[in-house]
Amino acid sequence: MATRQYATFEVDGTLFGVDVAHVQEVLAFSEYTAVPLAPAAIGGLFNLRGQVIAAVDMRVQLGLPRHTMDGAVMNVILHAEDEAVSLLVDKIGEVVALDEGSFEPPPDTLTGPARALVLGTFKIEDRLMLALDVDAAADTR
Amino acid sequence: MDDLGEIVDEFLVESHENLDQLDGDLVALEREPSRDLLSSIFRTIHTIKGTSGFLAFGRLEALTHAGESLLSRLRDGVQPVTPETITALLAMVDGVRALLASIEEGRVEGDIPIDGLVAQVNAQIADAAAPPADAPPADAAAGTGEATVSVDAPAGAPDEEARRPLGELLVESGAAVDTDVNWALEKQTGGDERRLGAILLDEGKTNPAAVNDALAAQGRRSVADATIRVDVDLLDSLMNLVGELVLVRNQLVRAATDAADPVIVRTTQRLNLITSELQEGIMKTRMQPIEQLWLKLPRVVRDLSTTFGKQVRVAMVGAETELDRSLLEAVKDPLTHLVRNAVDHGIESPEQRVAAGKSAEGTLTLKAYHESGHVTVEVIDDGAGIDVEKVRAKAVERGILAAAEAARMEPREVMMQVFAPGFSTAEKVTNVSGRGVGMDVVKTNIERIGGAVDVDSTLGEGTVWRLTIPLTLAIIQALTIDSGDDRYVIPQVAVHELVYVDGENTRIEYVSGAPVYRLRGKLLPLVRLDAALGRPAGTDDRGVYIVVLQADGRRFGVVVDRVLNTEEVVVKALTSRFKEIGIYAGATILGDGKVALILDVPALARRSQLSADLSEEDDAAAESADDSSRLLVTAVGARRIAVPLDTVTRLEQFAAEAIEWVGNREVVQYRGRILPLVRLSSLLGVEAAPPGDTVSAVVYTERGRSIALVVDGIDDIVESTTTDHEEVDDHGILGSTVIAQRVTELLDVRRAILAADPQFYATTGESVLTGAWGAGPGAA
Repeated sequence: MATRQYATFEVDGTLFGVDVAHVQEVLAFSEYTAVPLAPAAIGGLFNLRGQVIAAVDMRVQLGLPRHTMDGAVMNVILHAEDEAVSLLVDKIGEVVALDEGSFEPPPDTLTGPARALVLGTFKIEDRLMLALDVDAAADTR
Repeated sequence: MDDLGEIVDEFLVESHENLDQLDGDLVALEREPSRDLLSSIFRTIHTIKGTSGFLAFGRLEALTHAGESLLSRLRDGVQPVTPETITALLAMVDGVRALLASIEEGRVEGDIPIDGLVAQVNAQIADAAAPPADAPPADAAAGTGEATVSVDAPAGAPDEEARRPLGELLVESGAAVDTDVNWALEKQTGGDERRLGAILLDEGKTNPAAVNDALAAQGRRSVADATIRVDVDLLDSLMNLVGELVLVRNQLVRAATDAADPVIVRTTQRLNLITSELQEGIMKTRMQPIEQLWLKLPRVVRDLSTTFGKQVRVAMVGAETELDRSLLEAVKDPLTHLVRNAVDHGIESPEQRVAAGKSAEGTLTLKAYHESGHVTVEVIDDGAGIDVEKVRAKAVERGILAAAEAARMEPREVMMQVFAPGFSTAEKVTNVSGRGVGMDVVKTNIERIGGAVDVDSTLGEGTVWRLTIPLTLAIIQALTIDSGDDRYVIPQVAVHELVYVDGENTRIEYVSGAPVYRLRGKLLPLVRLDAALGRPAGTDDRGVYIVVLQADGRRFGVVVDRVLNTEEVVVKALTSRFKEIGIYAGATILGDGKVALILDVPALARRSQLSADLSEEDDAAAESADDSSRLLVTAVGARRIAVPLDTVTRLEQFAAEAIEWVGNREVVQYRGRILPLVRLSSLLGVEAAPPGDTVSAVVYTERGRSIALVVDGIDDIVESTTTDHEEVDDHGILGSTVIAQRVTELLDVRRAILAADPQFYATTGESVLTGAWGAGPGAA
């Protein structure tokens, strides 16, 4: 059975995962530049080795209060729709290899903003991981 | 043909460059026949013919051969240069261009018809009976050699020393044997006109690929000493790397200022210097003279002026001025449009010119020069000029400006309306300038690259179109400012001046709630950056700065909390997700490593327009509600006279000696017009203050007519309600009110104006200013 690798992270206690193929790197960063008038989900801009990266606050995408941005926030930097974009998350987890066979569609109980961002679920040990649709998660329009 | 690919590519590049030169040369030739020019043109065509023969492009060869035949007759003086011969030669150049384009696209000549062109050229050969019909033998060696060098060195002056003989190269590569080469050389000496490579090929002594390689090597060698061709992508990536380096340098320099270690400080300074030089050097590699664009323009002008029966001479000043190649590309279309427009609409027909006392031939001057970190490119014609009043009327007619707004605008601002979308002063739409590619597109294109457009025109004397272009796109001079806790960057090109507002000598005032600043007497609309960015607006108007900006032909001020410094920043494109906000032009990384947003000045300008519009709406509302208005309080003798502020367009000082008399009225010359003066002191029967060197005047403008009310001084701008004023039975006074514990009289503006210019309202209708307060042009 084919396996796929997922980079995992937590937002508000929920475990999410993105296909590692999309992930450029993971890092903590504390200096963000606010973008007035930008969509609410934009946490700010930061300088990644000379590249200007927009950070999308996953908490806002999930209908939660935004990150306070007053300290280091974890970034999962992805390639979505041909540009690098960062997802601001609460906590970084491990990279896990998962059987495609254990993939299941999102449960009916999953509702709200998260439903639109999730492709499906995987069972990992004693908890569920929600596989994120990268383009949808990074979409701030 | 694949193995020839590289040679064909090189041939194409060089031929295109040569053709651009050719257009210019031919037009110059028509003006002033010169043997040198003819020789140069002949060589260019000869080169293309030779190479195309070698590369087996038959049509190209036949066409250039015809051209060459005509040119050689012109060069040798067998027949004179006439407009018809030039037209035929230009047509030939166009045909060559079409063939080259086809070759570039599909590696084949395609089915571009050339017979007509060949006939047209041959028809010009005076002795048309025997036009040399058959193509001469392939002239490959000379051809490629010349084409290669002629790009950078004068054509026909190849550096012979640097070129190794073809035979030697062929022998070295093992593609031919010594004896064959010697035999071929002997044939040449014996009168065989074919080139060495051609002889060897014809006799089967070598193979085409080897000759190509040898020719290429020869070509490269001969140019290598002076120049090399570099892939633009490579230059772009070097440019990006240098951008990064500049950034790191800035960060290091900032960090090093705090460092105690003298070695670090010294090393940083050195790095600073080297980086600057490297940056300059890399930027230079991308620079090309603007002549590259201009070369095409005499041809454009010639074709157009022939079509319209006009006589236009093209003059160029500063053709050597260099611009970044990407900018050059971006400027091409706007510049061509301006030139077309100048020939079409600017320069008059010879008859009109003579009637106006000008020479029958108009002059179109292209001018380029460096100025404070920018390049200015001007297209100047000595034509009819633009009638600012026509522009004003048209802008209103087209709904670009509200009538009241137009009436209040200064000529300069009015003139900028020609760049508004949907504006065209052309009385009739011609197929040249009225094709949707309008001045608004020129403006958009230039502003897209961080430049600015401007127009200056004197009726009857001509027009100057001015493009201000940054030297490069990637690195800009920027002013860093703070608004609240955030730092932003404003492109320096738009910044005119900075004003510190201390709240005492300099302060922000409000017209119907919209902030304004009196900059040397003129009301400058202000945008609060914090408010424009949707942040809570600061409440304290003291200790802030006004950055005076210009864009969209509008001068306005942006209120910021702090001004830091100017630095060179590297422009980073902003992700498309912020495009809709429309207030950011990009992002950059500052010396401290933080990202800062670059503000889009034209977008801010539109916001200042918005606030101006809002204040006008407020005026209207204020009038209908009849509640309050702002008053300009002036001193006239010992009395205080108030004028509604929104009727005021400018506050001016005139030199006393500038005042002249027309009949029994005083006037001054003002912005090219006659401005009637009315002294409020005499109107109101007040004893005036003793005359000084200058007089203070409140300029009132409505529908293009202006008048100046002379006062002894400007005291204040205040908010006043209309309810508390007492009726006063006095000529020219509507009533009085108490402002700042002093009785202040309210001027009957209408009466004052009629006293100075009884015709003032003759054309503007009676309904204006029937009410007293708040009824300014905004309400008309």
